[in-house]
Amino acid sequence: MGDLATYAFTGIGLVFFAAGSAGLLRFPDVFSRLHALTKADNLGLGFIALGTSFQAGSWRDVALLALIWGLMLLAAATVSQLIARDALRERDGE
Amino acid sequence: MTLALDATLCGLIVAVALATVLGRGVFRAIVFFIVYGLLLSVAWVRLGAVDVALAEAAIGAGLTGVLFLAAVGKLARTGAEAEPAPGRPHLPAALACAGLTGALAWAWFALPEPERPGSDLAAALPRAGVENPVTAVLLNFRAWDTLLESIVLLAALVGLWLLARDEDWHDRLGLPQHVRPGGVMESFGRLLPPVGVLVGIYLVYIGADRPGGAFQGGTVLAAVGLVAALAGLIRTPRVTGHLWRAAMVVGPLVFLAAGVAGAALGAGFLTLPEPIAGGAIFAIEIALASSIAVTLAFLVIGPPERGHRR
Repeated sequence: MGDLATYAFTGIGLVFFAAGSAGLLRFPDVFSRLHALTKADNLGLGFIALGTSFQAGSWRDVALLALIWGLMLLAAATVSQLIARDALRERDGE
Repeated sequence: MTLALDATLCGLIVAVALATVLGRGVFRAIVFFIVYGLLLSVAWVRLGAVDVALAEAAIGAGLTGVLFLAAVGKLARTGAEAEPAPGRPHLPAALACAGLTGALAWAWFALPEPERPGSDLAAALPRAGVENPVTAVLLNFRAWDTLLESIVLLAALVGLWLLARDEDWHDRLGLPQHVRPGGVMESFGRLLPPVGVLVGIYLVYIGADRPGGAFQGGTVLAAVGLVAALAGLIRTPRVTGHLWRAAMVVGPLVFLAAGVAGAALGAGFLTLPEPIAGGAIFAIEIALASSIAVTLAFLVIGPPERGHRR
């Protein structure tokens, strides 16, 4: 049962990563590429953390996985904001 | 399945290494270099060397990458030409790198096949004072290497500070950061440090028994300080701050003191006798971690620069 959940959730996570990578390569400008990238990071990593937590030996490991995901969300959100703001400034020619 | 993973990893490492060296543009090379460091740390995990993986990710990919990015930013600000002329390889640099690679390859073939350290290390470990064999080697059996490494870091920072101009000497380190009050960067700078400090101290503390230690934990603490400085929450110190200078040298000093204590107790310089080994290593780890954290953060921030005074 746990293995099945791991396959399912990490599979969904991989789909998000693949879609995010495709978006990063194919989308036309910084903003849409950031959109693709952060979706992959946030949801993809979230599903992979969820999937691997079914293999965790203890609740401590599950909490650590959740902490890693939370930190990743924080970092991705901050970095994408900063990059987007910089790109906006560059576009407006300041 | 694991063979496929390892083969993919090896292929990726070689491909990213080639992209770093052969790709056009300094910025692109740096990005590939960071990716290369992260892939290498995954490879170290696959080899079961978690200590090395932590050090590679924190120092090799993270800190060195940030140093490179800061250097490129500085070159751009001063208007210096950072990009080499396209299409023409820099012959002396290429020759020097090829020579170094050749020498390393020769050394690798010429050295005798190393015996697995298992039995000797296992026999010596109970007398080392710590349970993590990596820490035992770094801070007890091969303490010379680690002591010199910590002094090299200090020398690098002194070299960097020599680049400061006389009239800037009493200014604060680096350039002042302008952030929007209550903005994204400031919030990030407030949210991250509590977790980061906890992780850094934990890594230093756990080094005695499990993967971690002064270098890994010190790098995390340095990163926390850098984020706080970038977010404008703390002002960078001055070169002349005595407390900061003390923090920079306390690691090598405690290390030397422990070495001298070993000699005084009759075991020989930098050889820690069993009764004091555990305590001495713990003291060295804490002192080294603070020195490493401060020195690495100062290396990234750079020498004092004008701009703090309006």
